[in-house]
Formats: sequence, C-alpha cells, structure tokens
Amino acid sequence: MAFFQFSSLHLDILKEIGNIGAGNAATSLSKLLNKRIDMKVPDVKIVSFDEIVELAGGADSVAAGVFLRIEGEAPGNMFFILPLPQAENFIRQMIGEEEFSFSNPIPNEMAFSALQELGNILAGSYLSALSDFTDLALYPSVPALSIDMAGAIIGSGLMEHSQAGDYAIVIDTSFNEDMGDTLKEVRGHFFLLPFPDSFKTIFKTLGVNEDE
Amino acid sequence: MNSIEVIKVGIADMRMVKSPNTIRTSGLGSCVGVVIYDLLKGIAGLAHIMLPNSGLAKENEFNHAKYADTAIKQLVRLLLAEGARPHSLSSKLAGGAQMFQFTSGSDMMRIGPRNVEAVKKELEVLHIPLLGEDVGGNSGRTIEFDPGTGMLHIRTVNKGTHEI
Repeated sequence: MAFFQFSSLHLDILKEIGNIGAGNAATSLSKLLNKRIDMKVPDVKIVSFDEIVELAGGADSVAAGVFLRIEGEAPGNMFFILPLPQAENFIRQMIGEEEFSFSNPIPNEMAFSALQELGNILAGSYLSALSDFTDLALYPSVPALSIDMAGAIIGSGLMEHSQAGDYAIVIDTSFNEDMGDTLKEVRGHFFLLPFPDSFKTIFKTLGVNEDE
Repeated sequence: MNSIEVIKVGIADMRMVKSPNTIRTSGLGSCVGVVIYDLLKGIAGLAHIMLPNSGLAKENEFNHAKYADTAIKQLVRLLLAEGARPHSLSSKLAGGAQMFQFTSGSDMMRIGPRNVEAVKKELEVLHIPLLGEDVGGNSGRTIEFDPGTGMLHIRTVNKGTHEI
C-alpha cells in the first residue's frame, strides 16, 4: 500500500495536530521546570529514514530518546528526542543535582527514571490533547528510554513504516528552553509517526475526505 | 596518490566498495549490517537491513536492501557482477540490538534478534561462511569495513570500539 496524495489541507491538519499536542506538552514541561519553553511551529514532512535520523541530529550523534508506542484507533510511534546537554540540563533541574552528567561513570538511577518520567508526562499531555482534538481513543505504552546513537534509537521505531515503504510522515515539533540571553541552539524534538494506515482514520474523524 | 574514500550506506541501503576504500554504516540499532566480501579481490558489499523477511512487505515493489532474504541475494549478485568468485565469499555481521525494553513484548519489538537469525539462515543457504559477528545486546553500533584487510571495525557509545 502507498501513502495517498496529501493536499495542503491534509498537511495543515497534521500541523495543527502537532501544534495542539506539542503545545500542551510544552505547557506541562514549562510547569514542571518552572521555566519558559519556546515551541516552534510544527513541521510536517514526508521523509526518508535517513532524513528523519538527520532531523534528530545525525545517525552517529548521541541523544536521549524516549520512545512510546501509541495504541488505539490511530496507532503509531512517538519519540521525544533530546540532545545530551539538554537532557542533562533537564535532569539537573528535576533532581536538583547541579553536578549531574552522563559522563559520570557511576550510573544514576534517579536521573534515568526522572528522564523517563519526563517523557511519560510530555507524551501523555501530547496524546491527551490529540485525543481530545480528534475524538480518537489513543493509549500510550509505558515509555522506554535509551541514550545512544540517534540512528539506532530512531531506526528501531520505524519497523511498521518500513513494511509499507521507504518513507515516513513525521510531525516534528522542536522546542528550545529559554536560557535568557544565551539562547543556545539545543533543540528537543517530538516526533509523531502515525502508522501509514492511521492517516485515513485521522482525516476521517476530522471530517476531511482523502481526496480533498 | 588518490585519497581513500569512505563509502556511506544509509538505512535500508546497500553499496559496494573496492580496496583501498572502506565502507561504513552508522547507527545500527535493531537493524543489521551485513558485509559479504572477497578478500583476495579486495571487494565487499554492505547492506543495512531493517526487517527479516520480504514476506512482511505490504508493498508490491520493494527495496531489496530492506529485507534480510532479498538483501543478501542481491549483495551476492552485485559482488559476482563486480568480479568476486562465488566460492571465495565470506561474511561478517553486526547489529540486531534491542534498543528498548518493553514489558508487552510485541513481535516487532524482538525485531533485532529476528533480523540476525534471518541473515544467518540466508548465509547458510548460500554457503557463505560467517567469519565474525557482534550482535544483540542493547547498544547502537557504527561499523566500518576494510575490504583490503577483511576487518570490521565496530564502535559503540558505551562499550568503546573493537574489531572482528
């Protein structure tokens, strides 16, 4: 099966989904850390597997990735990807340890569960906003965390997409933590990757025909 | 003197290389990187495989590099076309990790080990000896193969680098 033709209306709807979902998640993050979080306008792209890995920083770059499977009426996968310095920064703020670093040889259980919980909260708020907007029942799995090469993290979540073709539709919302005047270009990403068959369901529930 | 080139292989992609050039694929998670080579001729092919079997394809026309069964057959065809000799072929493989641990074990989550099994089975069918492997675990791998020496260099984030 192939992806059907997307019109600009379809792409706008998917952007709106990213906007609503990630907007809600950014609010949760902002409350959790008591900081301003700048969210970018979502990007909806039809990308090759290599391109999606590039979006996450490149196959070899090390990132923290929280991965969830979405079950229910419009199944898919979701990634919350953070560059390492950004992940360290969030962990420091959540567990109150200024010195925390991934390069410390002694593994810090607390840090990992904090990051996993962060992923859980953000994905939960992303999905509940999405569920409200579309009126579809969507259930997140328990999140799994991996700190490794971006290629290995993302590549392991593209199985269902790869059965249907060599492309995936990604709803990508990136965000920056407001660090005052030293606004660094470290970006986190939410990738929402509905399975190919889920797009029909999403458009249908929003009252848009496939050929519109 | 010509500079040495590193041929890059993407996800669900396959390429050929001739010595003194080397060939690399980055960020193998549950995917498997399989190298088939003729050492004396100094030629090798590398495929970055995502899925174990082309029977899983939900598309009519598919990319052969994506599935273990079709990728290995295609690699052998390309190698023979480049002048490799059928009885001199050897292979090495790496990858097939399980990057995420889920309690509800859907079959798709065990895809790493299934990819490894499928590659080995296909190599056995084609009588291609497997001379080295670094598979499983839960770490991503970046691999680089030198067709001049037959060495496969493996890099991981947490466990350093080694050669097989």
